[in-house]
Amino acid sequence: MNWFLSALTSGIGRKVIMSLTGLFLILFLVIHLAGNLQLLKEDGGVAFNEYSHFMAHNPLIQFVSKANFFFILLHAFVSYTLYIKNKNARPVGYKVSAGSANSSWSSRSMSLLGTLIFIFILLHLRGFWYEFKYGTEVTSTVVNGVEMHNAYQWVADAYANPLIATFYVISMLVLGFHLWHGFSSAFQSLGLNHVKYNGLIKLAGKFYAIAVPAAFAIIPVLLYLKSLS
Amino acid sequence: MNLTLHIWRQKNSTDKGGFKAYEVSNISPDMSFLEMIDVLNEELTHKGEDPVHFDHDCREGICGTCSMVINGRPHGPKQAITTCQLHMRSFNDGDDITIEPWRAKAFPVVKDLIVDRSAFDRIIQAGGYVSINTGGAPDANEIPIPKRIADEAMDAAACIGCGACVAACKNASAMLFTSAKISQLALLPQGNTERHSRVEKMIWQMEEEGFGACTNTGACEAECPKEISLVHIARVHREYMAAKVSSHNV
Ligand code: HEM
Ligand code: FES
Repeated sequence: MNWFLSALTSGIGRKVIMSLTGLFLILFLVIHLAGNLQLLKEDGGVAFNEYSHFMAHNPLIQFVSKANFFFILLHAFVSYTLYIKNKNARPVGYKVSAGSANSSWSSRSMSLLGTLIFIFILLHLRGFWYEFKYGTEVTSTVVNGVEMHNAYQWVADAYANPLIATFYVISMLVLGFHLWHGFSSAFQSLGLNHVKYNGLIKLAGKFYAIAVPAAFAIIPVLLYLKSLS
Repeated sequence: MNLTLHIWRQKNSTDKGGFKAYEVSNISPDMSFLEMIDVLNEELTHKGEDPVHFDHDCREGICGTCSMVINGRPHGPKQAITTCQLHMRSFNDGDDITIEPWRAKAFPVVKDLIVDRSAFDRIIQAGGYVSINTGGAPDANEIPIPKRIADEAMDAAACIGCGACVAACKNASAMLFTSAKISQLALLPQGNTERHSRVEKMIWQMEEEGFGACTNTGACEAECPKEISLVHIARVHREYMAAKVSSHNV
């Protein structure tokens, strides 16, 4: 096999793909969160609608968004191939296994957590991205003389439904567990393990895994509470 | 102490195998785990039954052969020791103890608790050496090596190849073993000449043997009797990527 392909398809190569795509998604989530937080502004949705309109019409953002779709699929696909490889490596399991004695639950459950995130992403895209892009039900609004989707209203209506809001919050919990292990794991996969930086990477990982999903999750909760009043 | 043992019994590599329960009594807390099995085997032999087969040699924690998963943990409940260094005082009177062989596709069961670990030998054969084809041995201190580097290479070289890392890993990955064997040479000037082809060949052989990939759970490091660090796995990721982009092996 060609050296490049053999490197990429080896266990190490696949882990490098996992870590690079994972780190890209980690960066992406920060940008995504910055946008979502505009939903909390008390301006009747003007800021969020402008932001959504900008994102949907900026060619650079549209390109990055295509790359993002690709990286999510790549991350999920490679994780699936690793799952198969890893399952095949132990055809007969243990009767007694004491995994919690030597490793964290999240590190042993990355495939389960990732699959749940994948299902969330599909439903999330169906409910928002698809509706904005191809749907006909999203209402319009005029901001500063420009006609655009009333994305804010669509999101607010969605989270007025306690089932959708709860599903979103649970999905963020799942994401938090995925990143509890995933964040620092990505650095280890890239070979970045050094006494000077390990503490910082661990700390930043734990902080990110709690703060970012929590900030995402607070939005549907607040929008739901707002819908009650 | 009186104990109930649930031991994996398997006649040969093609037998399906299964667990069998045994009672042992009057076990001294000062006995090692292997001595406790010796007592059981003595009784089985007197009764004309087939004794429990298990690997052992040095019985002092240096050969790495005494492989068994005890209550779900390679080498039992204690940190940084092998099964032969485990004492019965780590258990309580009346305990149920489950004893299983290492489980990995690359480590097929030979009989009972004995597994074939020659996959490790083939990884070493693929490149875990330094080729010095001629001349006498160089002077010990001729090549200066910083103390920290020498220590780290020595830490990697402490690996006894027992396979607890594979047994503990949920993926049956051999990354900790292979990375220790690559690290101990990659860190030293003597290993530098062959470093690129070494890491490429050893990782290739590791994959060929059917071990899983690494998820960085850290189970291997936690169960390693010699406390080999994940630092070596990170190093091998760097060594491997560097070798792949810069070696002349197309
Ligand atoms: C936005 C969402 C996601 C983020 C931010 C993310 C991030 C990460 C990161 C940083 C890692 C660590 C990489 C490494 O160990 O080198 C990782 C690992 C992993 N991810 Fe994700 N991920 C996401 C979604 C997904 C999805 C959708 C799936 C699966 C369908 C998935 C499955 C996995 C698996 C199985 C691993 C462990 C791979 C292994 O070490 O064997 N992730 N993820
Ligand atoms: S018998 Fe040698 S390490 Fe246990």
